[in-house]
Amino acid sequence: MATFFGEVVVAPSRAGLDEEEEAREETPEDREIRKEIEKKREIDVLWTWRSGGCAEEPLACSRFVVAIGRNAAAFLSSFILDSVCWEVVGVVKLWNEWCRTSSTTNVLPTDSFCLFYRLISDPTVLLCQCSCYVAEDQQFQWLEKVFGSMQKKGLQVTILSTCPVADYKTQESTLTLVSPFLRALKTKEFQEQVCCPLLEQPNIVRDLPAA
Amino acid sequence: MFIPCDRGGGSTSPDFKGFTLLMPAVSVGNVGQLAIDLVISTLDMTKVGYFYTDCLVPMVGNNPYATAEENSTELSINAEVYSLPSKKLVVLQIRSPFIKNKYRPFCETLLSWVKSSKCARVVLLSSSHAYQRDDEQLLGTPLRYLLTPDLEKAVGGRMKELNWKEMERVAAYPGISDTDKVLHIPGGGITKLLFSESCSEGIQMAVLLKFCSEGDNIPDAFVLVNYLNEWLQLIKSEVNPSSQWKIPSSWRLLFGNGLPPALF
Repeated sequence: MATFFGEVVVAPSRAGLDEEEEAREETPEDREIRKEIEKKREIDVLWTWRSGGCAEEPLACSRFVVAIGRNAAAFLSSFILDSVCWEVVGVVKLWNEWCRTSSTTNVLPTDSFCLFYRLISDPTVLLCQCSCYVAEDQQFQWLEKVFGSMQKKGLQVTILSTCPVADYKTQESTLTLVSPFLRALKTKEFQEQVCCPLLEQPNIVRDLPAA
Repeated sequence: MFIPCDRGGGSTSPDFKGFTLLMPAVSVGNVGQLAIDLVISTLDMTKVGYFYTDCLVPMVGNNPYATAEENSTELSINAEVYSLPSKKLVVLQIRSPFIKNKYRPFCETLLSWVKSSKCARVVLLSSSHAYQRDDEQLLGTPLRYLLTPDLEKAVGGRMKELNWKEMERVAAYPGISDTDKVLHIPGGGITKLLFSESCSEGIQMAVLLKFCSEGDNIPDAFVLVNYLNEWLQLIKSEVNPSSQWKIPSSWRLLFGNGLPPALF
């Protein structure tokens, strides 16, 4: 692939390869650096109703709504959350190249944060606003640590997120599409009516909503 | 790692004893993965489970092999297992790239699953950068194979009958003669690691790969799957084998949406 005559540019592979690093054997120094970076990228989930220490009872939860990304988080702030009916019960502290969140629960809408709220009248209803970016290598950890704290029997999870219209694959051009529009994915265990069409092939969802 | 699908009736984990495990490497042009899509779609394979792993980038979508409205709404994720007991075939499809530093953990977990489920052999479909070929490799077929020593004993003769070409080993230090020859598969993702680990663990593994570049890799996928078919005979390949493979519905719009009319 050339830009001007004589310049050769190595095209990145769609297969996402990074194998030169993987192929090299890890020296003890490499291993130490890798472990330090892993430690720095670890996620902490802090629940306000737990005093910490040894294993606690999992949180009884019947409905869990997770809003991922600034738009979805703003939706919850505008239409659902208020200080009368909802209380903060948890926060996620993490760091990656794109953002850092802290353990404070007093946040501005422009901050990066990940907070959990509980409905005061029915404490089994939980909400999560996650406006920070959770990196690829942290997504699985987020999942395990958050869901690990909950009892999952009979739990209904709803995930809200947004994607750019330009990423939507369709026969027609996205220029003529009326946006914004909704699409859904559901597991076969979800028997209720879905309020919008299901996501058509070949569209996919990635990152934390997919995890 | 492997979680079986709940098919109802309290069914236990599927039995893969003696089966051939067919899987792709996430490699240049995604050729292995495209070829696997063709196999699953054409043989109408049933999903029997998935891998619960932190080694791959998460993704989810609706059934990529949907043929009608009725079967289009089953969720599909990044690592799923399909099976066809009549051909003693189990297929793993990988749909997203590996997360950094996770090649080795994935290979180790995969091979330990291969051993515990008692698969007879593993066939890995892969590819390698075409631009890294040397002068000799530029001529002739772009397809290569590799066999672990245990599988070489069983099927080495068949490869000779088929007139297949084994992947060449290259000098560890190019330009300097009298150095050790090593296996080098640039752009092959986990291929080399999985192959070396299989050699040392006594697993019967074959690697089938094609030299290619990034671009429209559908023709490469067809070439690779026909190559596989010469050996495993998954479909009848009389006249025109390419026309027998069924393209899955998810291959639509690989290169973008329709054009806006306002452009013209």
